[in-house]
Amino acid sequence: MLRIDGVYKVFNPGTVNQKTALRNVSLDMKEGDFITLIGGNGAGKSTLLNCIAGVYGVDKGSINIAGVDVTKLTEYKRAAFLGRVFQDPMMGTASDMILEENLALALRRGKPRGLRWGISNKEREVYRELLSHLGLGLEHRLNVKVKLLSGGQRQAITLLMATLNKPKVLLLDEHTAALDPKTAAIVLDLTERLVHENGLTTLMVTHNMRDAIRYGNRLIMMHDGRIFLDIQGEEKKKLTVEELLARFGSASGQEFSYDRALLS
Amino acid sequence: MVEVIKGALSLGLLWAIMTIGVYITYRILSIADLTVEGSITLGAAIAAHAITSGMNPYLGTLIALLGGMAAGLCTGLLHTKLKIPALLSGILTMIGLYSINLRVMGKANISLLRMENVYTVFENMGLEPTWATITLGAISVAAIVCLLYWFFGTELGCAIRATGNNPYMVRAQGINTNTMIIIGLVISNGLVSLGGALIAQNQNFSDIGMGTGSIVIGLASVIIGEVLFGKRNFFMRLTSLVFGAITYRIIIAFVLKLGMHSNDLKLFTAITVAIALSLPMIKDFVNPPKIAIGEGEQDA
Ligand SMILES: Nc1ncnc2c1ncn2[C@@H]1O[C@H](COP(=O)(O)OP(=O)(O)O)[C@@H](O)[C@H]1O
Ligand SMILES: [Mg+2]
Repeated sequence: MLRIDGVYKVFNPGTVNQKTALRNVSLDMKEGDFITLIGGNGAGKSTLLNCIAGVYGVDKGSINIAGVDVTKLTEYKRAAFLGRVFQDPMMGTASDMILEENLALALRRGKPRGLRWGISNKEREVYRELLSHLGLGLEHRLNVKVKLLSGGQRQAITLLMATLNKPKVLLLDEHTAALDPKTAAIVLDLTERLVHENGLTTLMVTHNMRDAIRYGNRLIMMHDGRIFLDIQGEEKKKLTVEELLARFGSASGQEFSYDRALLS
Repeated sequence: MVEVIKGALSLGLLWAIMTIGVYITYRILSIADLTVEGSITLGAAIAAHAITSGMNPYLGTLIALLGGMAAGLCTGLLHTKLKIPALLSGILTMIGLYSINLRVMGKANISLLRMENVYTVFENMGLEPTWATITLGAISVAAIVCLLYWFFGTELGCAIRATGNNPYMVRAQGINTNTMIIIGLVISNGLVSLGGALIAQNQNFSDIGMGTGSIVIGLASVIIGEVLFGKRNFFMRLTSLVFGAITYRIIIAFVLKLGMHSNDLKLFTAITVAIALSLPMIKDFVNPPKIAIGEGEQDA
């Protein structure tokens, strides 16, 4: 579903700030894969997701989504294939617009925008129904400006928006990192539910090792722009935090930086 | 007194068209677009040239609208294709338009006295000149407000509004933000130029300097409208712009009556806008916001 082949990404080439954020990264995601991606600060996780989404072009290598070579496509064109949720709850929604307008923008992801009315009454019913499943009482707040909602509510909405028009690949970049632990747990459960209900191919960045182990069918660890570990199947199911740390150490020759990557 | 209000009403309605144009860039796209200083004069210049060469004034006014749209397109391309910052793109188009406006007019000002203009039809119906202006101004403004209310409710219009609000999110929804910015600038400058054409025909002349400071007048009207008439929903916002533009004219008429020299008007307007724009800061200073440590404040 998603194939990444030998991708390199260099920031600020030819300057003193030159930084190779991705070195020869390759990844083959099968349809229905739910991959958790983990790694220390600056490992290149966000850069990888941004290269998939077309926020940055790559310096070498290719990216293929659902059989289409998107390496040269602009961000907004690739959006037709992708659902995205960002770390910052402010990023995923238009805060001055009301909830139903945000949902309507997302429902039309990847489709041309014409002079039809922006929202139909039929859609509203669908939104109300879907929002009621979130269990956050948002189904009564379709006309509320999104900026009046909490960070957790906004992430839940962004998640719903990302899946409204079923994406080929769902990209989640530490989408619970800015939330308090309780809200983060709610949003994570919601994530798992939406992924399973829709059978979505998902790449989820997390800095929490336990979450990385608990969710998904495959775990990938990055360090210094490279993929170091790729664990799946039965092996992934049996994985423990201690074992993960040990394997990271032997694979990278370094100790995993504990900074914030650990427990909650 | 009644005469003063009547005059302010007629001028306010014409400037409301320009104000709506400024609102589209400043509030909807979150861009301070200085192109308007050139495109308002462009509208006046095109209308004046058309009328003095014997063209139908309505056709001339329509061409003025198209000319303004072209100016907006120019700024839009400079900004989105050549990656020049929006403010600078607007300044470049504005400066370029100075020469173009002189070319269009052939000289620094053109008198339109005793020539047929868009208001003549209404005067021929027996209305005195000010009422003729108010009638046509009100019809135009009402049409524009309704048209824009519809447009910004469509899929395309929603995408433009979202672009000014959160371009990252908009691109993630598969929308070309550059196209949205260009469309917004085209509509905005078209309206400003249309306003310029109607203003020139109302004052019976077109002058190369008439655009100077117009962005500040537009901003003042936007802010007055928002403060006095609220911003509950989009339709209210659009109508508040009209009332803002009229109120601005009434205020100006009064300060002139109170003895302010007309040369000082621009300084007065600039100071008023500076104060209005700093109101949120003054509010925070007098009444500091409570700092809440909640989600989002934690390690990111
Ligand atoms: N836009 C950018 N410009 C320059 N350097 C960047 C940019 N984005 C990321 N980097 C650098 O690339 C490296 C990887 O960053 P990132 O992908 O954000 O890491 P992670 O998400 O794994 O914490 C870091 O060293 C970071 O400083
Ligand atoms: Mg990151």
